Amino acid sequence: MPETRPDRGLKVEEVRARLAQHSGPRYWRSLDELAATEEFQDLLEREFPQLLPETGSGLSRRRFVQLMGASLALAGISGCTIQPDEKIVPYLRQPEGLVPGKPLYFASATSVGPYGRGVLVESHTGRPTKIEGNPEHPSSLGATDLFDQASVLDLYDPDRSKTPTQLGDLRSWERFSEDIAAAMQAQKQLQGEGLAVIMANSSSPTLRHQVERLRNDYPKANFVFYDAAGNDNQRAGLRMAFGQPTEVHYDLARAEVILAFDADFLTEGPGAVRYARDFGRGRRVVEDSDRMNRLYCVEASPTNTGVLADHRFALSPHAVRAFALSVASALGIAEADDQDLPTEIREPALRVAKDLRAHRGRSLVIAGDSCSPEMHALVAGINASLRNLGRTVILRDPVLLGEEDGAESLRRLTAAIHAGSVELAILVGGNPAYDAPAELDFAEAMLKIPRRIRVGLYEDETSRLCQWHIPLSHPLESWGDLVSHDGTVTLMQPIIEPLYGTKSVSEVLECLLGDPNAKGHDLVQNYWRQRQGGSGFEKRWRRWVHDGFIPDSAPGHQPRTLRQNSVKLAARSLSETTHDEDALTLVFRPDPTVGDGNRANNGWLQECPKPHTRITWDNAALLSPRTAEKLAVSSEEMIRIDVDGRSLEIAAWILPGHADDTITLHLGYGRHHSGRVGTGCGFDAYRLRTRAGRWEVAGARVEALGKRYRLATTQLHQNMEGRDLVRMNNVDEFRSGHLHAPHEHVDTEASLMPGFDYSEGYRWGMAIDLSTCTGCNACVVACHAENNTSIVGKDEVLMGRELHWLRIDRYFEGDLDDPRTFLQPVMCQHCEQAPCEIVCPVSATMHTDEGINTMAYNRCVGTRYCSNNCPYKVRRFNYYEYADLDTETLALGRNPDVTVRTRGVMEKCSYCIQRINHKKIEATVHDLPLQAVGLQSACQQVCPTEAIQFGDLNDPQSRVAQWKSSELNYGILEELGTRPRTTYLTRIANPNPELERS
Amino acid sequence: MADPRHEPSTAARAALRPPIVGPGHTPTSVTDKIAAVVTAGTPRWWFLGAGGAFSLLGIFAISVFWLFAKGPGIWGINNPVAWGFAIINFVWWIGIGHAGTLISAILLLLKQDWRNSINRFAEAMTIFAVACAGMFPLLHMGRPWRFYYLLPIPNTFTLWPQFRSPLIWDVFAVTTYALVSILFWYVGLIPDLATLRDRSKNRFAASIYGLLAAGWRGSTRHWHQYEVASMLLAGLATPLVVSVHTVVSFDFAVGQVPGWHTTIFPPYFVAGAVFAGFAMVITLTIPLRYLFGLQDFITARHMENMGKVMLATGLIVVYGYAIELFIAWYSGNGFEQFMIHNRITGPYRYSWFALILCNFVAVQFLWSSRVRKSVLGLFIVSMFVNVGMWLERFVIVVTSLHRDFMPSSWGMYTGTIWDWATYIGTIGLFLSLMFLFIRFLPMISIFEMRMILPEAKNAKKGA
Repeated sequence: MPETRPDRGLKVEEVRARLAQHSGPRYWRSLDELAATEEFQDLLEREFPQLLPETGSGLSRRRFVQLMGASLALAGISGCTIQPDEKIVPYLRQPEGLVPGKPLYFASATSVGPYGRGVLVESHTGRPTKIEGNPEHPSSLGATDLFDQASVLDLYDPDRSKTPTQLGDLRSWERFSEDIAAAMQAQKQLQGEGLAVIMANSSSPTLRHQVERLRNDYPKANFVFYDAAGNDNQRAGLRMAFGQPTEVHYDLARAEVILAFDADFLTEGPGAVRYARDFGRGRRVVEDSDRMNRLYCVEASPTNTGVLADHRFALSPHAVRAFALSVASALGIAEADDQDLPTEIREPALRVAKDLRAHRGRSLVIAGDSCSPEMHALVAGINASLRNLGRTVILRDPVLLGEEDGAESLRRLTAAIHAGSVELAILVGGNPAYDAPAELDFAEAMLKIPRRIRVGLYEDETSRLCQWHIPLSHPLESWGDLVSHDGTVTLMQPIIEPLYGTKSVSEVLECLLGDPNAKGHDLVQNYWRQRQGGSGFEKRWRRWVHDGFIPDSAPGHQPRTLRQNSVKLAARSLSETTHDEDALTLVFRPDPTVGDGNRANNGWLQECPKPHTRITWDNAALLSPRTAEKLAVSSEEMIRIDVDGRSLEIAAWILPGHADDTITLHLGYGRHHSGRVGTGCGFDAYRLRTRAGRWEVAGARVEALGKRYRLATTQLHQNMEGRDLVRMNNVDEFRSGHLHAPHEHVDTEASLMPGFDYSEGYRWGMAIDLSTCTGCNACVVACHAENNTSIVGKDEVLMGRELHWLRIDRYFEGDLDDPRTFLQPVMCQHCEQAPCEIVCPVSATMHTDEGINTMAYNRCVGTRYCSNNCPYKVRRFNYYEYADLDTETLALGRNPDVTVRTRGVMEKCSYCIQRINHKKIEATVHDLPLQAVGLQSACQQVCPTEAIQFGDLNDPQSRVAQWKSSELNYGILEELGTRPRTTYLTRIANPNPELERS
Repeated sequence: MADPRHEPSTAARAALRPPIVGPGHTPTSVTDKIAAVVTAGTPRWWFLGAGGAFSLLGIFAISVFWLFAKGPGIWGINNPVAWGFAIINFVWWIGIGHAGTLISAILLLLKQDWRNSINRFAEAMTIFAVACAGMFPLLHMGRPWRFYYLLPIPNTFTLWPQFRSPLIWDVFAVTTYALVSILFWYVGLIPDLATLRDRSKNRFAASIYGLLAAGWRGSTRHWHQYEVASMLLAGLATPLVVSVHTVVSFDFAVGQVPGWHTTIFPPYFVAGAVFAGFAMVITLTIPLRYLFGLQDFITARHMENMGKVMLATGLIVVYGYAIELFIAWYSGNGFEQFMIHNRITGPYRYSWFALILCNFVAVQFLWSSRVRKSVLGLFIVSMFVNVGMWLERFVIVVTSLHRDFMPSSWGMYTGTIWDWATYIGTIGLFLSLMFLFIRFLPMISIFEMRMILPEAKNAKKGA
């Protein structure tokens, strides 16, 4: 804190900082530790001056007890200021449709970077508890990603900032609005010359309108829209190719051959969920064996998309470019001279190009956000020549607040700050003090601005450098609008009144515009009234809010003409890029579970294992086995990476399938002020990340430090040990009926005991299609949210005690340097002959008459015998009291239909039995068949590719029953005679015969 | 009882075998010598020893307190290895508890009268070992305050334990065993308690002993009823020797984990238990007979006999190991084969090799009568066996669980400081009870020793 006032011993902020060091449920207990500190005693003496004389000498026992009591009471008081009572809203008149115990669903939106995705929010008596995809919304179709699932936890995060503060002192919103009004008035005289507004980029039309008004009022003001992991390169590349600002999205449903360059399009970005859905439908051979798309992935850092690739090429970034050039020249776009290229790149590239050409108009080439603008331009050229524009590649006008490159505008602002021309900075969202390009030293520069105002969800690194901090409302508490990946306008409505005295972004901007009392609802509604007003607006508005989006607001394909010359120039500049063969390249990627770092304080995301490494709570420098050998580093060894005079110490992790001579650094870690969960996890890769080298930088040097850093990975063993756990076949083998069955037939029905009779009623079962599972982790986090599963923390994960009911197993197969990766979701298999049931001494785990293996938590005494006897090891035990029962806000977010498990109790997947019972009752009450009421397990519902099917096996029409009747269906460890209810569909690949590995 | 026709051979045997009581003892000297241990003043070493044992007991109290305060997470158990030290120690202690009943019951029925000098002590050891063993299932539970769910108590939920679970069989087997052992021990103590009552100079002690002696006056009728009761109890206890460890082995054999799911387990566990029990008897007897000068009653022949039992049962255990290896190969089951391979070459191979060293290599020295007759030799071998039998359970529990069916879930297990503290703590509990026992009760059965004196035998012959 630069502006610490000397007359105060201890400030709320510091108390909070101290508290932030104590993570997890020990929160309150640590207060008496706190009470023992010198500063606290100091504060105590100031607050209770009459105690002063006695504290010094001869402290009597009675006095001591009084003092201790007072200090604890005081600790409680300061606790109250941090966490006010929740707003109580009694039902004077009960809202229509509300039946206590039955959840209501409201359409809203979540943000995916600057864009939006339509969701439905489950609300239990006014408390949002779970987010589902909006089945009507084009970006969702009912599914979400893991971040949407986790955002409920952010709403109830006790570390969120709760009240406006000025230099750490609590202030009222009115005080702030007066303060800011004066400052803005002063700027108005100067036409905003000294004003800087730094925002996270957004697609919100309302915000865009507000920003336009601000620009009109303050024409000379500096506006910066910066996203650390945004699509700036893509937008720059498209502008290069088409000569005008352009955004793009894809139609995967029409794409039969897909080539991806460093693009994780199935799990990253605003359209990922929709793309995954269409992609999955395009290769669901169990339902349509004639139709199967083919995916080529060319990538440096392993992605989820790459896992499903029929052909995956792990290449360093310059080789990825070479591959693209080869494809382009084979298609006659660039006259790039690719004769010098190594044949192992050129040969496959030619065959891929041939395959693409054979599928003109039905093919798709995608470049990831991390590709350079030139790559994007080249890829646009390739797509144009394949006649994909308007078919699989849809172009449209841009929607973002800032069209300019965010990092470039931040650089310009920094220069202005150094020139002393910025007097007032307003930082809304984002976290530039943490994630701005390293060479700008933005945090340092910020301090040169005399007045700094921060608007954010947390008191983070940026807030700590600002005098004012205004708490931002969570999206579930605010009105807003966002544009989805295809241009559909999506409306965000609050499901709950703000828990604290927070404001939404539009309310804050309106305050800057002069109205501190504007309501978010009115701002959004008035904007749309102006735009699409006229008669019947109210009715339409109701409809839109109800549906969660404005129908038919997606513009569709807006044709553009390709500038051939620009593409040629881009190709030339790509081919002229020199590359030193021995240089080590660093690539930066958003972390697969915490993104760019703004979600670092979310325990569900921190504990969610990274798809490839299964590491939790940390990032690591990922490198291939060959590169690790060359550099003589091993996994969990600390290394120092030096590049361009910057250095970072980070733990190394060897990842088979990673490109050689390349190191991946995931962003989003190494936060200093994130909250009790995220602070101190991992290593800050932003310290090496510059504007020019924002996605890759060559010429890194690595030095092994010889120290060990323990990384908490949930899977220690990578090899399947020849066991028949994941099966895979080629599509030809499947079509010709020649699936290899790795084991001789085992009669799993053989038993001395009579079986259960399920002829009446329901018989639940699940099937998982391994051909389409991307391992995106959405199901893992959805299971957390649905089933009140606790997080356990890094130390406990290291002990092997994570509580995930649903885990994703990862295996490598084949060559160490070029392996195939398999991901397999595993949850309770609900065995017909369940080994856990017979060994439980107290009948705490039982078979229901619908075939579910259930847990009676209050009967469990915790002998853990069931876990030992479970061959799938899906049972999870509460070795400690993992559930945080002390933090009140967390209690609000729990699913009231599911017991919160206490210490000493075994838990596991229940097939979402609470949902089954809800739907059974609903079906009975309305006298409907079960299909009509739409029963879905949480993992099934969230799955973007529909890879998980759950339902009644007694209904032969159900999708799950049909999947199970396929010859692709198999159960893992079936030879044990457990007869699992959860089965898997053999993974089917569609390799290009010309590229088949010999 | 003696059949005259067998007299010559008995005499011949007696001439060949070393005596089981030192020369020159009369009933009075036997009573004096053994009762003096209890009635005389407390020797200084007792305070030292008991002090040490009580300190260890303190560690036990602390570790149990911490366990109940925090939860079983203080131990090293985790997701593949959900059973750890608690189960290992449970089986280890139960095994140790087997020698007592075997000596008292089976050897009594088989009329092996050399047992008379060690049975009291061995029975006491059994009860204390079972007490230690009985702690672990309780401590092991996630919610120990709900332990009564395991008992068939009529309740308003009309919920019974799940009788298919071997853990429930355990509850019955262990509680039965503990009850019968205590009864047997107590009944056997009554005549000696009466002796102590009569010899105590302290009125308070005399009244306590008198209360416990239950009005024993040594009448023929009393002796008759005593004989009947002890034979009946011996008959009851005999099957328990076999059943308890058989049931304990079911905890593993009924599970389907490779390395557990084996039919050899019941006999192999029983033999292992007797093996471990005798090793512990030897470990404890050797120092005690020195400290109390009881070499006349616990003679070299006793030591040698116990060595022989240890060798015989040790060989059965080794046979069990060999069969496990054989079956893994012969079954053709990949999981079994992997389990054996992992046991011998995996990360816990050291524990397997140490186990073979302790339970196989070390025991082979007992083939030599010089080793069996050497007190030091026997003591060293018995210590090896004590460690070896603990390792055996470690190998069974940990190496089987840590890599079973799903390679994705494989993990490692190491005991934490609290695992060790709890284990050492129960050793403290055992030793504390042992020290109290040798101080307040006759550790050798006085009247049974009197019966095997040459005088008694002659009297019988005369009759």
